[in-house]
Amino acid sequence: MARKTLGFIEIDQERCKGCGLCINACPANVIRFSEEFNSKGYHPAEYIGEGCIACQFCYYTCPDVCITVYRYKTPALSK
Amino acid sequence: MSEQVKDAILLASMPKSLSGKEFTYCPGCHHGIVHRLIAELIDEFGLKEKTLLVAPVGCSVFAYEFFDVDGTVAAHGRALAVATGMKRARPDMFVLTYQGDGDLAAIGTAETIHAANRGERITTVFINNAVYGMTGGQMAPTTLLGMKTTTSPYGRDPKREGYPIHIMEIMKALPGVAYAERVKVSKPQDVPKAKMAIKKAFYAQLLDVGFGIVEVLSTCPTNWGMDPVEAGKWLDENMVKEFPLGVYVDKVTEVMKEKGVK
Repeated sequence: MARKTLGFIEIDQERCKGCGLCINACPANVIRFSEEFNSKGYHPAEYIGEGCIACQFCYYTCPDVCITVYRYKTPALSK
Repeated sequence: MSEQVKDAILLASMPKSLSGKEFTYCPGCHHGIVHRLIAELIDEFGLKEKTLLVAPVGCSVFAYEFFDVDGTVAAHGRALAVATGMKRARPDMFVLTYQGDGDLAAIGTAETIHAANRGERITTVFINNAVYGMTGGQMAPTTLLGMKTTTSPYGRDPKREGYPIHIMEIMKALPGVAYAERVKVSKPQDVPKAKMAIKKAFYAQLLDVGFGIVEVLSTCPTNWGMDPVEAGKWLDENMVKEFPLGVYVDKVTEVMKEKGVK
């Protein structure tokens, strides 16, 4: 991926209801539906592991407050 | 993951004023976003121990469980009447009501208009999703013309069911109102704007200016019969036309400037 990874997100997948609003909001397209189910039977959202720009859009739109956003102190961790 | 966390700055996580209990709302419902905004503001103002929340009857009836603040549930529509009593008995407390359109704009219209007209120092967050959500998508006073609901299956006809009610336009006519704004949270860029609006409504009470109300246009994917993303688009295309966004009353900004509050 050409874009640097500036941060990362953690998603509480047990709390997630799989509404897809974070996936729709993410400008870097680094969130997708997990292939696994959570105990409620939803496909929760998952972070693909790189490319997060720490813009917090997913956090803004998440209606279940599942997402925690971090920004790296040094963005050099990008692959 | 813990090593990763050490090397990073926490930008955003669950606000402390939320209890952490899972929301009982349907997937994609905007109630959760507004809950989070209110909780963030309660944290920012340090009001957690001073807040009294009056939950309505409707989908958000369990709001008192989701927020880690004191509060109660009022009879349907009477949240502002209960809040008036609370505020008059304990003027040192911060009184917040959280109401939907069935609660505030239908059965509770009288309480709403008179509490606003008296200029009660109360902050109200009004969620308008154009249907009665909890009971299964019946027509609400805010339902758009032509919109299909379970009690208007051929679309809302103004000859039979009348026109949608515009609460913010009513608020504009009442002298007791200090802040009234209509916002939406369907796109990420709308969310900070909605937060600023709710913050001003908080200041209406905190600076003793008057009644503060913010209407948030919200989706109801379940009762609209759409997926959450599509419902957001439908809101942007249809609801915003009927309910124009913007500031309707603002007596707060002036007082904020006078008192040097940012």
